[in-house]
Amino acid sequence: MMVDGGKSERVAPQAAASEPPLSLLGAAFAVMQRDLRLALRRSGDTLQPLGFFVIVTTLFPLALQPELALLRSIAPAALWVGALLAALLALDLLFREDAQDGTLEQLALCGLPFTALLAAKTAVHWLLTGLPLVVIAPLIATALGAPAAAMPGIVAALLLGTVALSLLGAVGAGLTMGMKRNGSLMALLVLPLAVPVLIFGARATALAIAGEPTAAPLYLLGAMAVLAITLAPWAVAAAVRIGLE
Amino acid sequence: MNELTADNLHLWRGEHHVLRGVSFELRGGQCLQVTGANGAGKTTLLRALCALVPLEAGQVCWRGRNVAADVAAFHAQLDYLGHDNALKADLTAEENLRFAARLRRRVRPAEITAALERTGVAGSGASMLRWLSAGQRRRVALARLLLTGGALWVLDEPGSNLDQRGQGLLAELIEAHLSGGGAAVVATHQSLALPAPKVLPLALQ
Amino acid sequence: MGWVWFHRFGSPPYFYRLSKRMVPWFAWSALVLCVVGLIDGLVFAPPDFRQGDGYRIIFVHVPAALLSLQVYVVMAASAAIGLIWRMKVAHAVAASCATLGASFTVVALGTGMLWGKPMWGTYWAWDPRLTSELLLLFLYLGYMGLRSGFDDTARADRASAVLAIVGVVNVPIIHYSVVWWNSLHQGSTLIGAGGVAVPSMWVPLVIMIAAFELYFIALLLIRTRGEILRRERNAHWIGEALGGPPVDFSQSGPPASPASPSVAPPPALGSYGGASGHPAAQHPAAQRG
Repeated sequence: MMVDGGKSERVAPQAAASEPPLSLLGAAFAVMQRDLRLALRRSGDTLQPLGFFVIVTTLFPLALQPELALLRSIAPAALWVGALLAALLALDLLFREDAQDGTLEQLALCGLPFTALLAAKTAVHWLLTGLPLVVIAPLIATALGAPAAAMPGIVAALLLGTVALSLLGAVGAGLTMGMKRNGSLMALLVLPLAVPVLIFGARATALAIAGEPTAAPLYLLGAMAVLAITLAPWAVAAAVRIGLE
Repeated sequence: MNELTADNLHLWRGEHHVLRGVSFELRGGQCLQVTGANGAGKTTLLRALCALVPLEAGQVCWRGRNVAADVAAFHAQLDYLGHDNALKADLTAEENLRFAARLRRRVRPAEITAALERTGVAGSGASMLRWLSAGQRRRVALARLLLTGGALWVLDEPGSNLDQRGQGLLAELIEAHLSGGGAAVVATHQSLALPAPKVLPLALQ
Repeated sequence: MGWVWFHRFGSPPYFYRLSKRMVPWFAWSALVLCVVGLIDGLVFAPPDFRQGDGYRIIFVHVPAALLSLQVYVVMAASAAIGLIWRMKVAHAVAASCATLGASFTVVALGTGMLWGKPMWGTYWAWDPRLTSELLLLFLYLGYMGLRSGFDDTARADRASAVLAIVGVVNVPIIHYSVVWWNSLHQGSTLIGAGGVAVPSMWVPLVIMIAAFELYFIALLLIRTRGEILRRERNAHWIGEALGGPPVDFSQSGPPASPASPSVAPPPALGSYGGASGHPAAQHPAAQRG
């Protein structure tokens, strides 16, 4: 109903209150759209984790020697430690600002399942911070001496690993949402939980570089990613609700 | 018919017994005006009513049913405006409102424009929120209330940052909402320019 | 009907009184078993054919490691109970478990390193068991760190409960991935239960494990009592419980943790308006506002 002159003050009729809320999918899509738009407008912030990843992986050869054979053996470690640290850095972007300006609360108050809306937010967050790592990894891996044949394995491992890391990290981000100096506490919470992903991801990368079949660790990484996708959203919603109190 | 009732609400924040047996019965068309000194618990009460903060004891009923039984249905009919505007500074006013309304229902651009007009920030639709003044942002936040169409408005210091005319606008909006059968809970330091029978005062110590 | 004792146990004054009586039983039996176990293990058990007398540290190391893991599970379980049934005692138990579990983990790590020196020649060789223990220690430290980040005890309880539940699901995953990681390189580790096939070796081990368990329960009861005192210090029942003059208050008795047999289903997570019954809420002076 349109507002008509000054007669009816309410743009939305009272009847709207008794209509069922809009479909969850539509709302989740709206959340993702908004987050993408915001990220594009603050592209500096969004690209920081990627820059951090590149810098950290550059430090390894600088700390050792620029000998490709040596670098090839530490490439899995450099890639995965870099990815882990970049993911931790990126987690700050997930909830902090929305918690501060009150928009996160509104998601909790709109009558739709909070778990699903937060899952949508986490998905966009992975798209913006995890996926770029996967895309640039072949470049970094080549710089660290990995052969071209290793790329599919490296990309697959990082794809699955960053998904699991985003979800685990979201739990940590939710728990430490309201705290001020939360950087190191979040790392302390998330890193032990991320160890399995690190172990299997690095192993898959090492096997790929050595030219051996990578199916086993990739399957395990996939299992972890699936486990994270199914269980983590519950924990994230619970954690964020506590943070909003 | 009682729209919103609170029965013996108790809440602690750490050591501090903030809500001590708060009870009230609010009918449709009425506004609960919550007053009290700083730190008396107005914000806590409002957030507890919205089920954002768990209560130690007591219950809140909306239209006769315990809110805890179906929180989602209660939220679907609730509009909450806190101290902050719940708007993103990097989106335009229109984009903000479109998103906020989209969580509840489909909304047409004309409705958004009309809402902005009603709250006196008609020309600012396409402006980034960042560039608007605090008072203008508050008006945009009020425009959100017009779009989401909740039966219960819970407003925490809605008049902050608003000038004299803004306060008048606020009173008009609340009165129109009440006349339409809605209920409101407003925490405020100032007095609301509403007719006495529509206001239910609640003073927190 | 079985729920009655469960909820009575969850009432702080009831738990406080009950645990006071229980502590001596656990403490003394733990001491006795510990003495018996140590004497048996250190004196009577024969030396191992490979490791000589150096293996005897397992009588402390294995129980400590076992308990460090068990305490985490107890912590997570009681935190979950506290979260779902909103039971204060459960949260107090979880809070008390943290430091105990971390201590057991440190003991396990320390004794493991002492064992490693004569066995491997180095204090730390990235053995899978010890590496898992180290990660478990980080999990405990994270839990304790998260708790301390919240001022409000109730929020700290809830947040750390979520963390504990997430952690307990991950603990087996972490452990097995570390075992797998280690197996790539040096085959099976030297430290294992493989050397204790002989009864004269595993009997003292079992005795020591039992001793540690009882010790843990005794300490847990003591710490939980202290935790309850701290949390409920403004409640009415404290004065009488601590031996002061009996206070006559019309709303006496345990706070309203529901004690009826027909207990309602647990409220949903993050629910609202529950009746967990803070003691002072019973106070008749329910001032309006």
